Amino acid sequence: MNSENITKNILFVTSLIILLISIGMVITLVSGSIPIFKEFGFQFIYSTEWDPTAGRENYGALPVIVGTLITSFLALIICLPLAFSTSLFIAEYYKGSIISKIIGTLIDLLAGIPSIVYGLWGFYVLRPFIVQLGLSEQGYGIFTSSLVLAIMIIPYATSLSTEIISLVPNHLKEAAYSLGATRLEVIFNVTVPAARSGIIASYILAFGRAIGETMAVTMLIGNRNAIPHSIFDIGNTMASVIANQFGEAEGLKLSALIAIGLLLFLITAIINYLGKLVIKQFS
Amino acid sequence: MTARPIKNSIFKGAVIVFSLIAITPILLIIYELVRKGYKQINISFFTEVAPSTWDAMMANNNGELIPGGILNGITGTLLMVFVASIIAIPIGLITGIYLYENAGKRYANVIRSISDILQGSPSIVIGIIGYFWVVKYITNGFSALAGSVALAIMMLPLIIRSTEETLKMIPQTIKEAGLALGVPYHKIIMRVLIPTSFSGLVTGILLALSRVIGETAPLLITALGSPMVNFNLDKPASAVPLLIWEFYNDPNMVNLIWSSSLFLVVFILTMNLISKKIAPKKN
Amino acid sequence: MNSSIIEIKKPIISIQNLSVSYEKGKNAVNKVTADIKKNSITAIMGPSGCGKSTLLRAINRMHELYPNIKTEGKILLNDQDISRLSLIDLRRKVGMVFQHPNPFPSMSIYDNVISGYKLNGIRQKKSKRDDIVEKSLQDVALWSEVKDSLFKKGNFLSGGQQQRLCIARALAFEPDVILLDEPTSALDPIATSKIEELLVKLKKDYTIVMVTHNMAQAARISDQSIFMYLGDLIEYGKTKVMFTNPSDKRTEEYLTGKFG
Ligand SMILES: Nc1ncnc2c1ncn2[C@@H]1O[C@H](COP(=O)(O)OP(=O)(O)OP(=O)(O)O)[C@@H](O)[C@H]1O
Ligand SMILES: [Mg+2]
Repeated sequence: MNSENITKNILFVTSLIILLISIGMVITLVSGSIPIFKEFGFQFIYSTEWDPTAGRENYGALPVIVGTLITSFLALIICLPLAFSTSLFIAEYYKGSIISKIIGTLIDLLAGIPSIVYGLWGFYVLRPFIVQLGLSEQGYGIFTSSLVLAIMIIPYATSLSTEIISLVPNHLKEAAYSLGATRLEVIFNVTVPAARSGIIASYILAFGRAIGETMAVTMLIGNRNAIPHSIFDIGNTMASVIANQFGEAEGLKLSALIAIGLLLFLITAIINYLGKLVIKQFS
Repeated sequence: MTARPIKNSIFKGAVIVFSLIAITPILLIIYELVRKGYKQINISFFTEVAPSTWDAMMANNNGELIPGGILNGITGTLLMVFVASIIAIPIGLITGIYLYENAGKRYANVIRSISDILQGSPSIVIGIIGYFWVVKYITNGFSALAGSVALAIMMLPLIIRSTEETLKMIPQTIKEAGLALGVPYHKIIMRVLIPTSFSGLVTGILLALSRVIGETAPLLITALGSPMVNFNLDKPASAVPLLIWEFYNDPNMVNLIWSSSLFLVVFILTMNLISKKIAPKKN
Repeated sequence: MNSSIIEIKKPIISIQNLSVSYEKGKNAVNKVTADIKKNSITAIMGPSGCGKSTLLRAINRMHELYPNIKTEGKILLNDQDISRLSLIDLRRKVGMVFQHPNPFPSMSIYDNVISGYKLNGIRQKKSKRDDIVEKSLQDVALWSEVKDSLFKKGNFLSGGQQQRLCIARALAFEPDVILLDEPTSALDPIATSKIEELLVKLKKDYTIVMVTHNMAQAARISDQSIFMYLGDLIEYGKTKVMFTNPSDKRTEEYLTGKFG
């Protein structure tokens, strides 16, 4: 074999590693989930009961699935106006200015703060504030978690959409201005439509982030495996139930947690894939 | 007709207000960390291991600073991040080069998608994988190695994609110039591609490092934590975020939470800023 | 008034001492004074970077989009200072066509033509809208080519068709003046000659100011020509006179291809 081929083979073989890792991940998660599905079948997914007491063990994932979706949706909704405004601020209104650079840097810094620090901040700063507002007695729950999640995903929702908005060519906007449109009209009739897929994709990806976020939510959501009655109620998410209970779990309970991990993996994979599809449509 | 300019101004005002709201949390978080954390940062904070609950309680009762520091966390983080880098950097770089060289081919697209999915999968799920692959079958117990593997799996996709993106920025002509001179393939990689894109590659690696240094959830179920400095890969190890989690769960340690978080955040943000500084400018 | 500048009676546009700078202390357009004749075609010529686009874009206050650009001097439109007009009114009266065809990619052909009304929130009956679209597309000789695909996006059109669509978009608003910045430089000769024909036809109803790099084009269709060099207006006169008997040496050199 000549050196050319050796190099090519090394590259190829190394690229197999990530393939093997992901196949291995799926195998591990699936085989770990088999016991729980054998025991409860698909009832595991729609049952609302979570009872580890020996003898009447029952594990239902619906409360944590619902909890995950509600917190993440709420987070996205809170995040949207903030992220959208920030993108417009940086890529449209004050494009290229120093103030935009500062704001962009500060938003990027948000992505660097570890989840656990968000959790602490939520616990010690936000939670008392929520109690003061009288929104909930203890300050824990869906709403508090969503608020912190919303902050955590701002950089993900902002960075891609900012980039795409700033790529909208000037000549398109100028065509609209030359017809007498105001800036607002140009934004909504030209800029946003042209950048649409990129903007949507960045919100989808941010949503995926929110779904998998663990520590901060674990510290704030209240960790009760029941379907929440309102957004100020406490609840649990898929990621936090794993983080909380994995350590001492065995048998069926362990299998239930792994199955939740598998579901979480699949949901985020689908969401990310969707996001990528939307971006592709753009380019 | 005058409604249009008014709407235009109102919208601009809203954009500015929302953007300012979006950057408030990072300022509040940093303010809180500095305000509550700076007191505990002294020499022993870096040279001593975490105190026992008892010592912390005594200090609190006497109104003194809590003795001890986070040495076990710092060494554990360094150890696990180091081992994770040894695993992830070569594989990530080579796979990234493979994707760049084979862009557009079907298999490469599969690898790229897998890498994206892995990048989006929740860290807690990767923790589960680290648990099953290493804790259960290799080290027969929680271990620094398991933590390292989990962190490595998280770093891999980040490095792969940043490598590919960085290489794509190299003008095709530079590569062709090398090929035209009859330079062998591996030499083009080592002497042309890597040096030309060096700063970009380093940026990608630094960002991947800063992303995993703050991870708590996966370490919680792999490395577990340890009260001692430990460089033994098959024994449990601590990490700064794990210590924060322990301090958070121990009412006597509250004061240490903030200083450890301050340290962690400053460390990560500094890495982020450095990587931004050396990043090649897009144009 | 400078001898190399013709006098226009009752000009529709009057540019007075206009200077525009992108960077402090460097005028891209330097104290330009010129009157534009109604219902005629005025060509702006000159070597690359001499300030043609900059001058043209000042007429509909396009520079105000970019805060670092400074404009001095005055431009009158029908004896009114354009800086006193609202941007909305000004741009209704002064339409613009750009160098590269830029139909809105998110809109259908129909919506592109009517986009001036849409963007300005002007509501109209469907029948009125249909009329405007048809007439504008007729005016640019595009109607027969696209009447069956009005509600498709315009990206399947050729470059020349797209540019005619952009002209239709400007015409739909019935402006007084149309500004065109090298409208044919991205087009092939056949598409170019179609647009030239069109412009000659349009001057009956509109006043046309056009930047062009193509001297033959200026000679073929313009009535007056402005020659600029390094931001200065060097010569302004009837096209026929200027091309046969330029009064400035730099104009002559440019027209004979010595530079440019
Ligand atoms: N956005 C800008 N920022 C800074 N300088 C600019 C900008 N646009 C144009 N200039 C400068 O202003 C001068 C005039 O530019 P302008 O575009 O008006 O020239 P032009 O005559 O239209 O050239 P061309 O024939 O190449 O289109 C040039 O020196 C140019 O470099
Ligand atoms: Mg120009």
